[in-house]
This record gives sequence, structure tokens and C-alpha cells, in this order.
Amino acid sequence: MLKADARDPAAWPRLLLALLAVALLWPGIRLSELNPGVLLQADNRREMGNFASAFWPPAHDRDFLGLLFDATLQTLAVATAGMALALLLAIPASLLASRALSLRAASRGGRLGFWSRAVRLPVRGLLIFLRSVPEIVWALLFVRAVGLGPTAGVLAIAITYSGMLGKVYAEIFESVNQRPAHALLQAGSSRLSAFFYGILPDAAAELVSYTVYRWECAIRASVVMGFVGAGGLGQQIDLSMRMFAGAEVASMLLTFLMLVWLADQLSRLLRGRLA
Amino acid sequence: MTIRLTGAGLRHGQVQALLGVDLQIDPGERVAIIGPSGAGKSSLLQLLASAIAPDTGSVELLGEAPWRLSAPARQRLRARIALIHQAPPLPPRQRVVTAVLAGRLGQWSTLRGLLNLLHPSDIPGVREVLSGLGVADKLFAQCGQLSGGQLQRVGIARALYQRPEILLADEPVSAMDPVLAEHSLKTLNQHASERGVTLVASLHAVELALAHFPRVVGIRDGQVAFDRPAGDVSSELLDALYANEHLASPPLALPALNLQIPRC
Repeated sequence: MLKADARDPAAWPRLLLALLAVALLWPGIRLSELNPGVLLQADNRREMGNFASAFWPPAHDRDFLGLLFDATLQTLAVATAGMALALLLAIPASLLASRALSLRAASRGGRLGFWSRAVRLPVRGLLIFLRSVPEIVWALLFVRAVGLGPTAGVLAIAITYSGMLGKVYAEIFESVNQRPAHALLQAGSSRLSAFFYGILPDAAAELVSYTVYRWECAIRASVVMGFVGAGGLGQQIDLSMRMFAGAEVASMLLTFLMLVWLADQLSRLLRGRLA
Repeated sequence: MTIRLTGAGLRHGQVQALLGVDLQIDPGERVAIIGPSGAGKSSLLQLLASAIAPDTGSVELLGEAPWRLSAPARQRLRARIALIHQAPPLPPRQRVVTAVLAGRLGQWSTLRGLLNLLHPSDIPGVREVLSGLGVADKLFAQCGQLSGGQLQRVGIARALYQRPEILLADEPVSAMDPVLAEHSLKTLNQHASERGVTLVASLHAVELALAHFPRVVGIRDGQVAFDRPAGDVSSELLDALYANEHLASPPLALPALNLQIPRC
């Protein structure tokens, strides 16, 4: 089939990998009981069609817009307050967990000693614990504990996101050029100073970009948590869906789109300032 | 005795960078280290900066053994020693004024260091150091916008601003043109002799070493080849130091080896 001189040595491995991927995916599709056919059955199609046809025009009467505005503000407030609380925990934890600030590693070419590892382990474990439970589960727990309302959403975001932010921050600190910080440590500087003078200047753009992206995720998460009673846009959309008010759902979906677009613009602006 | 190295050895993985180095330097001495590339000059300076610990032997700096001190005491000792890096480790987005002020982080409290980030606390001091090296106009430029030679001078300025008792320099003028190199070495030496600072610099330009430093140490294969006053360094010594058996006798190309002679 292939002439000997035109044969690519990577061709066979690639073909095998592709077959392997299909072989692994097929059972996954069976197990998840994915059957796109149900979307095309006649009565399902009619049901969806009715609901979607109510989308246009989106609801825009004065009362509803006022309600939408309040719900949007509440969603933004939940996401922002949750992020702020998360940062309070994530920043110190990332500094503790990161290998970038190890005095020992600075004088051994980046290799950690036994104790450096041992001390960083519990912090990493805490971060894993914090992010291992999805925010929706925390929200359900907190709705039980503190009652319906945004407080549950704020606490749920704070807990899960501190784990994610802490882990990724620590890894960003390790991924930038370590020589400036090591040089400062070797000139007697304290570790916190070495961080601010040696690592932060290189890491700032990536930190900002990740933080804004996480804020965007927090907005989405706070919407989802609204469905379990944590207030905001999610709760509104849940109500509208139950009442089959397609026009209201459409307005709220447009609002999501705008929020995510705004977050994207903010991230771009900040990165532009820092890069 | 400011610096005392006794039988110091250092390995980088499989490579023996230094082997049994004995070196003693008195306060206020100015010493040049020369030798072929890969001889161990940078490793030796790293030992003298207490940046890395020797694998064998001992290091004594300013009357203290850095690797027997606790970590905080070692950081205090390190604040009295400055190392000028060949490629200055400065973040490209940092401003020159901040990069130079960072020289004194070891002497400042962490709080002062952080406040200094918000507002540079000693702009006149930085300007003075930079103008001695001819880069005062770059005070508020970002490090990433500087040329290699300008960056090296900012690196020197940071070390001078640190006001150390031992000033170490690893190829401090390698990216500068001859006139600038001459000027920068003069500034370093002047700073050292005015304040009685011990200066140890590695240089790949032998004539600069002989012209600016009273004492010259030759390093070859991780060992001290010679250690004598600059006036006593003969051209035979230098030839022996830089002699390169790999380059001097290029291996004969032997295509004949592939030739198969049929034997019956």
C-alpha cells in the first residue's frame, strides 16, 4: 500500500491511537445512555418547538426588566463576594503550597528537601479537599444550614474556588522564571519580598487572566446554585421555566451572554495593561 | 580573613564542577578569576556567594560558616554579600528603579520592601548609582526594554546599591563593548577600594583581569591552576591555562575505519 521510501514511521502509531480512542469512547457512550434519537421523536419535537417559539420576542416589559436587573445584580454580588472570600484563603495557601518560595530549593537548583515537601503536603491536601466537593453540593448543604438565599451561594463559591485558585496560583508561581526570586533569596531577602520582587512581575498577567476567568465561572456557578434556592438569576430562570415563560427565559439567556462577554472584555483589558 | 575555602568540592549531577579548591582572600583584596569556559568559575562564585553548599570541604565567609548557620542567620549573612550575575536575573516587566532598590531587600524589613513597591523610597540613591555606570536615563524604564549591556549595568548597580562587604561578579562585562567594559570595571574597582570591599570577579578577557586586579587566580578543570599577583602572571602560565587538547590536536578524520578489507 505504502511505498517504502514514502512511509512515515509515525503513521502506524497514530492509526492505532485513533482506533484505541474510538474503542475507549464507545463503551463510554453506551454507559452514559446517550441516544440523540429521542430529540427527533415527534412529540418531543413538538414540545421543544412550542417552548422555543415562545422565546421571540424576549420579555422586555418594565416590571420584568426591573426584576431581571435585581436578579442580575444579586448573581454578580454572589459571584464577587464568593471570589473575594475565596481569595482570602487562596492567596496565603498558594504561597505556602508553592515550591517557588522554598529557601532550600533556591540553594539546591530547584530540588526540594524532605521537610520542604512534608510541610507543603498538608496545604496541598487542604486545597484538594476544598475543591473536591462541587460547589452545588456545598450549596445544598448550606441551604440546609443557613436557609434559602444568596448566603449559601457565597459560602459554596468561597470554599470550592479557594481550592481551585490556591492550586492554580501555586502552579503559576512555579511556572515563571525562578532565577529572579532565587537571586533575591541568595542575596538575603525574605521569602515574601522575593515573591513580590521576583515572581509577581512575571506572573501578574497570567494571575489576572485566570482570576477573571474564574470570576466568570463563579457567575455561571451562582446561576446554577440559584436552581437549588441560592437566589439570583438562577432562581428566576427556574421559576420562568416552570411557568413555561419562554420569553423570560430568552431574556435571561441573553443576560448570561452579556455577562460572559463583559467578563471577557474585562480580562482582555487587564491583560493588555499588564502585558 | 574574609573568604576561606578549604578543600571545597562541588558536583552538578555527573559533572565534577570543583575539586579540592583552597582559597583565602583577605578583607579589601581585589581578585580576578580567569580560566577556560566550563572550568568552574561560576561554580566557585556561587560557593563564595553562599548560594549553594559545597559537597565536600568547607566555606567560611566573613568569619562565619554559612552552612552551619540557621536559615535566618544565613539570610542575614547573605545580605552582606552581593553577586553580580552574568545574565542579570531581572523580570522584564520590572522597572529599573525597583530592580536596583531590590538590592537592599536583605537589609530592609519585609514591610519596608512591600511599601517600596508602592512608592520607590530612595530615588536619589538609585540615580546616583546608575549615573556612575552611565544608565541614569533608564531610571524608570522597564528592564525588558534594555539592551544586554544596559541590563548588565543595572545588575551591577543593584549589587553596588546593596553596599555589600563582599562583592562577587560573574563575567560582569561580557555583554559590553570594550570602552564600556573598561569603564564598568573601573567603577567596580573604585567602589571596592574606596569602601574596603572585597571584590572577586570572574572574567574571560585576560587583559582586563591583568589590568584591573592586583591578584589573579587561574582555574582549570575545577581546580586552582595558579594564584599569584597580576605582575607575575607569565604568558606560559596563560598558555597552559587555556591550552585545549581537544582543539589543539583535531582528531584525524578516519574514513578508513569504515573500509572493510576482505580477508580470505
